[in-house]
Amino acid sequence: MTTLVTVPELETRFAGVITPDTRKGYEGYIVDVQHLKDFAKALRDEYGYDYLASLTGVDYLPEGKMEVVYHVYKSTGGPGLVFKVQVPRDNPVVPSLVDIYPGANFQEREAWDLLGIRFEGHPNLRRILLWEGFWGHPLRKDWREPYFEEEGKPYSSRWPEGKHFHHEDRNPFGKNVDYPPGFDPYTWEPETADEILYQAVLKRSEIRDDLRTERVVINLGPQHPSTHGVFRMIVTLDGETIVALEPVMGYLHRNHEKIGERNTWIMNIPYTDRLDYISAMANNFGYVLAVEKLMGIQPPERAEYIRVIMAELTRIVNHLWAIGFLLNDLGAFFTPALYAIEERELILDVFEAVTGSRMMNNYFRFGGVARDIPEDAWKKLVELVTDRLPRKVDELDRYLTESELIKSRTIGVGVLTAEEAIALSTSGPVLRASGVPYDVRRADPYSIYDRFDFDVAVRYHGDVYDRYLIRIDEMRQSLRILQQAIRDIPDGPIMAGKPQYQVRVPPGEAYGRVEAPKGELGFYVVSTGKPNPWRYHVRAPSFVNLTALETMCRGHKIADVVTILGSIDIVLGEVDR
Amino acid sequence: MDGRGILRGLAVTFKHFIASYVDDFRRLGKRYFTQEGVLYRSSPQVEGVFTIQYPEERRPVPENFRFIPFLVYDEGPNGEKEIRCTACGICAKVCPPQCIWIVRAHDPETGKPLKKPAEFYIDVDICMNCGFCAEFCPFDAIIMDHDYELATYDRFATNVFDINRLLKPASYYQQIRPTQYALKAAEREKKAAAKAARRGKAA
Repeated sequence: MTTLVTVPELETRFAGVITPDTRKGYEGYIVDVQHLKDFAKALRDEYGYDYLASLTGVDYLPEGKMEVVYHVYKSTGGPGLVFKVQVPRDNPVVPSLVDIYPGANFQEREAWDLLGIRFEGHPNLRRILLWEGFWGHPLRKDWREPYFEEEGKPYSSRWPEGKHFHHEDRNPFGKNVDYPPGFDPYTWEPETADEILYQAVLKRSEIRDDLRTERVVINLGPQHPSTHGVFRMIVTLDGETIVALEPVMGYLHRNHEKIGERNTWIMNIPYTDRLDYISAMANNFGYVLAVEKLMGIQPPERAEYIRVIMAELTRIVNHLWAIGFLLNDLGAFFTPALYAIEERELILDVFEAVTGSRMMNNYFRFGGVARDIPEDAWKKLVELVTDRLPRKVDELDRYLTESELIKSRTIGVGVLTAEEAIALSTSGPVLRASGVPYDVRRADPYSIYDRFDFDVAVRYHGDVYDRYLIRIDEMRQSLRILQQAIRDIPDGPIMAGKPQYQVRVPPGEAYGRVEAPKGELGFYVVSTGKPNPWRYHVRAPSFVNLTALETMCRGHKIADVVTILGSIDIVLGEVDR
Repeated sequence: MDGRGILRGLAVTFKHFIASYVDDFRRLGKRYFTQEGVLYRSSPQVEGVFTIQYPEERRPVPENFRFIPFLVYDEGPNGEKEIRCTACGICAKVCPPQCIWIVRAHDPETGKPLKKPAEFYIDVDICMNCGFCAEFCPFDAIIMDHDYELATYDRFATNVFDINRLLKPASYYQQIRPTQYALKAAEREKKAAAKAARRGKAA
């Protein structure tokens, strides 16, 4: 369970500037918007809260307020601190924290894009997930999607008089999009938007006077096999060397968070599967932790163990995949990838027997897990964890780690220093490969991770090679946790109380964070006591880790971009949400 | 940087290459196109080639596997279909993508609602196979199926399943999910016994 603290010293020092958040179910401080930057600076430099985990906004429509919520942590570990600023809804302007926490960059752009909060002083405040011509800010509570039916599910048209209709009939193609007044999609030229983009990139690449070289702008993607989906990088080149890089995303955007706010609490669980679809159960985990914190319930022992087993198997699945495809990006065409995927298949077989699905597991519930592990699946799981997987991880290590080809392509490439990694809010393997031993499982333990004996894998060079090595290390540590978990797992119930389809969630806010395979996955939820969440925000590790992409790529050759992107290990389902 | 790392890596590849042939000979005639071979190729002991030659070979799906729900009916003594569904609407209320549409039946004479569905639709284009409907159904009336081969040419014509398409007999349910069927049947019997005992006491 993630913990948050209050610092009494702050209250006396910033008397009049910060007030404790006294709303029922809320924590932390409300900071006066004029003094936000001073406060954040003091927090970072004097109190050690140097890691901005999550930044998001909430639209409190009835009170006419917009709120920006910041969760900050110490990179040395320990509980975090939450503070908020409140601004009027009709003119929400908040000073940008990019120069204090550079990791706020994409998150502030996202809050501008989806909620319309302007961050003054942000170097590049453009839309990030939606396209430039989009009308409105969809996460505002009074914004309605074209296929709008009702404010919240379940829809009354389904029962007891549920006559089926096709959505396409109600929203014929061509009429299912709202445009701003005077906007004609047929005469609008997308080039204007691209022009703005290119200018933004070119502006950042300083021209060296001694060599009168020309800058070339190259679009990598969105349709490019190395981007692991639909992802675009606008790269400015000096010869073959990268001077500036601008990631463009949102091609897979479906406004997961708006869907989440229409859903009832339980309906969100299968939707979280579809965020990072390689490691679905880690997503389940983060979401149920956040909601359980609000509900104040604790799953029984056996369920905790099953959760840990599933989360760690998910990590192995994810890292096998990540290593396999990193090698693919390096040009080792599919042999390493398929060796890794073979083992993944066997783990997915276990998932299928336990959860009913190979990838879209939908397995965790509030207060437990959906069903117990069947006998035959358990047998297979134990065999895998104790015998096969350790062997195969060693084989993968023997196969790849010492290969000179891999070493020459990855050592010294895409270096991210420890200071940069913390400042840019990277998390997971990217952060730990840069020499910061920060693992949420250890730094801010949740579930029953404090009982297991494992090491936080850490590597110190911060290059692609270390990001590869750390995944091998982490798989070994996961196997250690798994071996302890299958030894200690007790018998007993797997659910606290009776399974319910309508849960009552008391009003308040909660931030649930887990160490997902790709980094810190956080869910910020706000409840008003209604059947649907008021706010449902996903702090996606892939998305925030991309903030560091430009820093990693600058100065390297264009061919290395593919490798560096592969070493961050993104999944677009999570980046674009 | 003398190439020994590459050679050691190639040795692993070579081992895999050899293993695929060795295993084929060792299990000659048993490895492919037999149920035993399919099971072996998805077991933790497998070496060599993993691939299952679908559709000639099929991996048996585990009992918990879920794909598109169906409605259960019990067969009456004269072969009539006794639909278990009571049109309570829980499945429609818990469905995340809201793909279930139910029309409750009404008594033709009094106009009072009956505990029966008149119409039942599932739009399988929208269904996300999460299994909530089956999980929360108090009557064990809607169950996730094992049949995953539903490809069609025209989704508008075929992919909205109505009640006739959705109904399957309880014997089919028992066949695909024997453990769950037995568990739920025992639960129902217990409940019915408790109810009978209560009624006996009241009388």
